[in-house]
Amino acid sequence: MRIVVLVKQVPDTAAQIQIKPDGSGIVEEGLKYILNPYDEFAVEEAVRLKEKISSSELFVLTVGLERTKEILRTCIAVGADQAVLILEEGEPLDPFSTAELLAKKIESLHPDLILSGKQAADDDMAYIGGAVAQRLNFPFVSVVTQVEILENGKKAKIKRQIEGGEEIIEVDLPCVLSAQKGLNEPRYPSLAGMMKAKKKEIEVIKAADLVPDIRKFARTKLERLQPVPVRPAGKILQGSPEKMVKDLVRFLKDEEKVI
Amino acid sequence: MTLPQQEIPKGGSFLIQETEPSSVFTPEDFTEDQKLIAQTARDFMNREAVPKLEQIESQNWEVILGLMRKAGELGLLSIDIPEEYGGLGLDKTSSMLISENMAKVGSFAVTHGGHTGIGTLPIVYFGTEEQKKKYLPKFATGEWISSYSLTEPDSGSDALSIKTSATLSQDGKTYLLNGSKSFLTNAGIADVYITFAKIDGEKMTGFIVEKGLSGIQLGKEEKKMGIKGSSTRTVILENVSVPAENVLGEIGKGHKIAFNILNMGRFKLGAGVIGGAKQVITDAAQYAKQRKQFQKAISEFGMIKEMLGEMGIRAFVGESMVYRTAGLIDRIAQKSDGKNPQISLSGIEEYAIECSIIKVYATEILSYVTDQAVQIFGGYGFMEEYPVARAYRDSRINRIFEGTNEINRLLMIGMLLKRGMEGKIPLLQAAQKAASELTEGSPPEESSDLFSHETWLLRNCKKLLLFAASLAFQKYGTQLEEEEELIERLSNMLMEIYAMESLILRVKKRLEKQKDKIELYSALVNCFLNDTILRMEVLGKQVFAAVSEGDMLRIALTALRKWLKHNPVNTIPLRRKIADAIIESGVYCF
Repeated sequence: MRIVVLVKQVPDTAAQIQIKPDGSGIVEEGLKYILNPYDEFAVEEAVRLKEKISSSELFVLTVGLERTKEILRTCIAVGADQAVLILEEGEPLDPFSTAELLAKKIESLHPDLILSGKQAADDDMAYIGGAVAQRLNFPFVSVVTQVEILENGKKAKIKRQIEGGEEIIEVDLPCVLSAQKGLNEPRYPSLAGMMKAKKKEIEVIKAADLVPDIRKFARTKLERLQPVPVRPAGKILQGSPEKMVKDLVRFLKDEEKVI
Repeated sequence: MTLPQQEIPKGGSFLIQETEPSSVFTPEDFTEDQKLIAQTARDFMNREAVPKLEQIESQNWEVILGLMRKAGELGLLSIDIPEEYGGLGLDKTSSMLISENMAKVGSFAVTHGGHTGIGTLPIVYFGTEEQKKKYLPKFATGEWISSYSLTEPDSGSDALSIKTSATLSQDGKTYLLNGSKSFLTNAGIADVYITFAKIDGEKMTGFIVEKGLSGIQLGKEEKKMGIKGSSTRTVILENVSVPAENVLGEIGKGHKIAFNILNMGRFKLGAGVIGGAKQVITDAAQYAKQRKQFQKAISEFGMIKEMLGEMGIRAFVGESMVYRTAGLIDRIAQKSDGKNPQISLSGIEEYAIECSIIKVYATEILSYVTDQAVQIFGGYGFMEEYPVARAYRDSRINRIFEGTNEINRLLMIGMLLKRGMEGKIPLLQAAQKAASELTEGSPPEESSDLFSHETWLLRNCKKLLLFAASLAFQKYGTQLEEEEELIERLSNMLMEIYAMESLILRVKKRLEKQKDKIELYSALVNCFLNDTILRMEVLGKQVFAAVSEGDMLRIALTALRKWLKHNPVNTIPLRRKIADAIIESGVYCF
């Protein structure tokens, strides 16, 4: 079975994110980057399937910068066989173009199964899985919490969470699945795994060599980022209960004008 | 790690020569691999050990052994084990980084350290091929746990006085061991005891004793002040028959194993306790930020800032000393590309003085830091449900085990003098030179370079110690070792010198490469140097008063004044600046 996992490098979810003054992006200096936590579930599931199904091969694929190799090494350290970086140095691509690049590369890998996180922890767009499936004309199942491969890899039985219950779906392979928290408990790399990952060659393809003039595919454009407005401080009334009630009524009537 | 190829300094030579910032290893030089290793250890602790804190502290051995095996799976038990025996055979810096991160749960750090350090290394360094093949792969996975068994009820610091006996059987195939061993870390969970006994009442020898041999009896779990989630028990050996092939190292050379392994243990402990100190600083900073009194976070109060600032300074200094030394040992080990453990053993032997310094200085830093952390937590600091009470209790043993801080103080001065007398380092010449400058006058103070005044002071502190030590030696000769109070003061001076130098070199090296936060890092140097010079002055005066009188005393005190000439710095705003950096980030942030 050939499995491809789509991964993304995102800022550490514990980091304090600062928006650049002009709103064009975030301040990257001193920021730590990690493998998108939802992608960890996808990678782990793929490694488990690989361990279960003999002669499987596991690819991890990402679009990013030189530094994005770090997360690919993490994936190799936990069990991925091959890693591919589609290198695009300039401004970040819009999701539409990213999906275009990923789909193009996936075609050449002839996978039976594609996994990704249900969304990236940085932009929460939850777009890539579906968009890639559409381009490849594969079925797509999102927010997956259990995967079982059936009929010698022709179909899969999928559990997904829905409001108040679980949905069980049978889907034809090849397909695209997006991983939800709870799918599994991701392992983390052993030191021996990391040593192995260090020696492993990562395939790097320039975006332009894969899809010429990739930016013309863009359909969305980041206008600007802005911080959430700060909530004004609350007001604490003081004094005797009679006085506080009077003050409260006056406040609601005269200042807030809600009664 | 890449350091410029140059002559590797001799152990103890920091006292008599100057060191270039570019030649020292600092935490800023960690390689990507080393950072990943640290991250793995950190993840392991946060995800696996911290959630099981309660079970660890209540001695749930199943959980503790489970954690050890998980650590084994991740490679956290195999850094020091060569690859051919199932280990990773990595550098000492990596090993230190793991120790540092284990400190988050003091009890588990002791279980881990007792196994990977003093439990495993005797076989790595002194085992036969067969012994290595038999034990090391199992130690690497955590399938077997090891325990180091030297101390006896009547033989603690005086390790050579052990009474446990080993008698060769008539057929020459086994040794019969008799005696009792106390305070064995990991005793209750161990599969193997690295045991020291005397053959024919005099030849101290190491033995690998396997659990389950008849005649081994374990005492009850000791009720301890701290590190409660680690196993500490007595082991009684009664006619235990140990196969002759389980003799570890040469017969009669057991002391060599014992002392070298202790050196290594000291050095690892240094990294561990600095890790502990950094964690406690983070805990204290977080608490001080959210605890409000008089409508203000207590982190805004000057005395709290003073504490946090000083805690940060000391941890930074300790960290600088630990990794400088790790770098030295790794440079010796590098010559063999990590393949030959004997070479890294010779590195540890070479830097035995530095290992002792780190053990004492770093454990005393931790004591200071945990004590202040309890103070910052106030009444809650006294309550077991907050993390610092445990840290405070756990910290106390560090000043006692792996050679008490008193023994290590004696050792560092003893070894220094010995190396001088053996001509390994030109100590005598340096002392004579210092004495000659009493009358000649010191070289003028430079001014243009960064920390030129501090570097000048450091140089003079070395002269001060050399001169003080030579006066002490003149007065007492070889009887000096009986003058423990004097040696204690000399050792304190020696440690302060290593501390100041490691700090200055690290900050200089950092600022040569990175220009940001110059003020913050300069504050660390200026604050620590200012206070240390005051301590050096007191120590110097005490020693001079003890070893000289009349004209000689007057000359010595004049020299001291000249050497330590320093206008006091207003350290209040400097310490505030350091504290603010810690408070703002909410962690130990250097």
